[in-house]
Amino acid sequence: MPDESLISLSDINRTFYLGDSKVHALRNVDLNIARGEYIAVMGPSGSGKSTLLNLIGLLDRPDEGTYKLEGRDVTTLDADELAAVRSERIGFIFQSFHLVPRLTAAANIELPLVLSGFPAAERVKRVSQALKEYGLTDRANHRPNELSGGQRQRVAIARATILRPAVLLADEPTGNLDRVTGEEVVKLLEKLNAQGMTLIVVTHDQALGARARRQIRMEDGGIASDVTNSHVEANDASRDGLPTDIIPSVDIPTDNAQTVPVEPVSSLPASRQPNEG
Amino acid sequence: MKITDTFRFATNAATAAPLRAGLLVLAMSIGVAAVVMLTALGDGARRYVVEQFSAIGTNLVIVLPGRSETRGFNPANLVTSTPRDLTIEDANALLRLPEVKRVAPILVATTEINAAGKLREAMLLGTNDDYINVRQMKVGLGRFLSKDEVGHGSAEVVLGAVIRREIFGTENPLGKTVRVGDRRLRVVGVLSEGGQGMGMTTDELLIVPVATAQAMLNSNTLFRILVEARSREQIAEVKAHVLKTITQRHDGEEDVTVITQDAILETFDKILNVLTLGVAGIAAISLAVAGILVMNVMLVSVTQRTGEIGLLKALGATSSAVRQLFMVEAILLSLSGAVVGVGLGYVGAAVLRHLYPSFPAYPPLWAVLAGLATALISGLVFGVMPARRAARLDPIQALSKR
Repeated sequence: MPDESLISLSDINRTFYLGDSKVHALRNVDLNIARGEYIAVMGPSGSGKSTLLNLIGLLDRPDEGTYKLEGRDVTTLDADELAAVRSERIGFIFQSFHLVPRLTAAANIELPLVLSGFPAAERVKRVSQALKEYGLTDRANHRPNELSGGQRQRVAIARATILRPAVLLADEPTGNLDRVTGEEVVKLLEKLNAQGMTLIVVTHDQALGARARRQIRMEDGGIASDVTNSHVEANDASRDGLPTDIIPSVDIPTDNAQTVPVEPVSSLPASRQPNEG
Repeated sequence: MKITDTFRFATNAATAAPLRAGLLVLAMSIGVAAVVMLTALGDGARRYVVEQFSAIGTNLVIVLPGRSETRGFNPANLVTSTPRDLTIEDANALLRLPEVKRVAPILVATTEINAAGKLREAMLLGTNDDYINVRQMKVGLGRFLSKDEVGHGSAEVVLGAVIRREIFGTENPLGKTVRVGDRRLRVVGVLSEGGQGMGMTTDELLIVPVATAQAMLNSNTLFRILVEARSREQIAEVKAHVLKTITQRHDGEEDVTVITQDAILETFDKILNVLTLGVAGIAAISLAVAGILVMNVMLVSVTQRTGEIGLLKALGATSSAVRQLFMVEAILLSLSGAVVGVGLGYVGAAVLRHLYPSFPAYPPLWAVLAGLATALISGLVFGVMPARRAARLDPIQALSKR
């Protein structure tokens, strides 16, 4: 199992101090996530789901426990090494998009390439391809304030995926969008997941959470339930029509993507509950 | 992150807030312009004084009666301790030295000129025909003093331009007789206007042959002897020989002081350089103020762009990359302010020169470079704190803020 896991958290604890009070944001969290999984993390405010996401995204460090990303223990890395891993392996999508307001859509998408020091020619190629893939070609030279919410989030997704990360972390990706554009964005994320990208969505939205194959419910800093849905199969089947081979460098074993929905009761942590959320 | 990208990103960030960038550039440019203009002023003053001193002639060695140095015991002091006067004979002896080109004895006194029913106080200068060449002055009308081979002194006078105008108006003064002191002298020439030197204008002089002046004043001493060396290299030699010759003529007693024009120039040069530096130092205070403003503006910028910094970190920017971005932005802003300031300073100096044409207010190169360097350094120094603050931001908190 550890070899197959993309993300492996064991006995993670994270405590914050707010003034005099001690907040146990994460308590003894054990979690294994395989490549290509589609996970929704749900739970009330303060349940630790954002902390979990930040931790997986290497923005935060656990006080205790080990975190292995692609088999590598990342809890011991220093800040610059973490930044490098973050740049290459992790894509972030935020509720408020976090586009740089003075940069055009194209420049926003280019940002990770600039930060990683890609040569200009390669950057132009990749950005124009990404603009095409996300239907933003005619909005390339517009600034974020000239884009609609959906377009903004598409720019943010294009930016998050331009370096082909192993895992895409989305924090309330539809929180600032209306239902229709939210739906579009979710479909886009699911398409990426279908192409093999591991997708972890943190959300309050039950409907959005229900679409995920695996649902993790957090309460009080711990994982209250961890369910892998079977009814998503239908969704999954509908997605079979999508061109899964657009990104050729999909390095997930194909059987992995299949086994999860077909065999819902797979080797999951014991904390999961039989009730489908 | 590539350095070119860092610069592009920082430039973009700086120009995205035009008012902020503009005000900062303005503050920095005022500081640099102040340095450039005030040093131009100081350096202009130095040049002005040096030019004034150069105007008394070139390659000059000046002989003054009396010793200004403290010396040890000299047997000659036993015989007499009264300094001997400088005489015309001393001046003539100096002319015989091989390195000496010209010699002009000088005798100065105040006197009255009385002509055409007008009376005026004037400075009387007794000298010889070479004086005009030694001092590099020009005759506007008529001629200068004639050569006095015999040494008796002829009854002729050369007027300063102002004296001529006040006494004779537009009338031709040549050949007219004027009464100077108790003598009647014939006007042979008029100096051209605007002669300067040692802060004394030549426009109000009456120049007469030295022998005539001595006779008028009933004295045989000289005020100064101006000696012109044949070349600049021979000045030191001339100085030594002049001293030796006079000492010999004065019974072995060294009772004159010989100074060179260069030595005087150097002294003034030094004094006024220090003045320029002092002025530049005062101007540099405004640069420091501008630097603090850079820091303030950058700190505000870091606060405003907290979300962006968090994002950059989430996208995998290292702390040093973030720090670099903000440092480069601070430096770019300071430097562009400095460049604008140098431009402003040059314009200001040009305006000064336009208003006071005789005042050579050119900004010295060192001051321009120092101004630029100070701006750059203040950008660096005052950019460090905001950049470090940006680099140290916790990405989670930075992202949640907006």
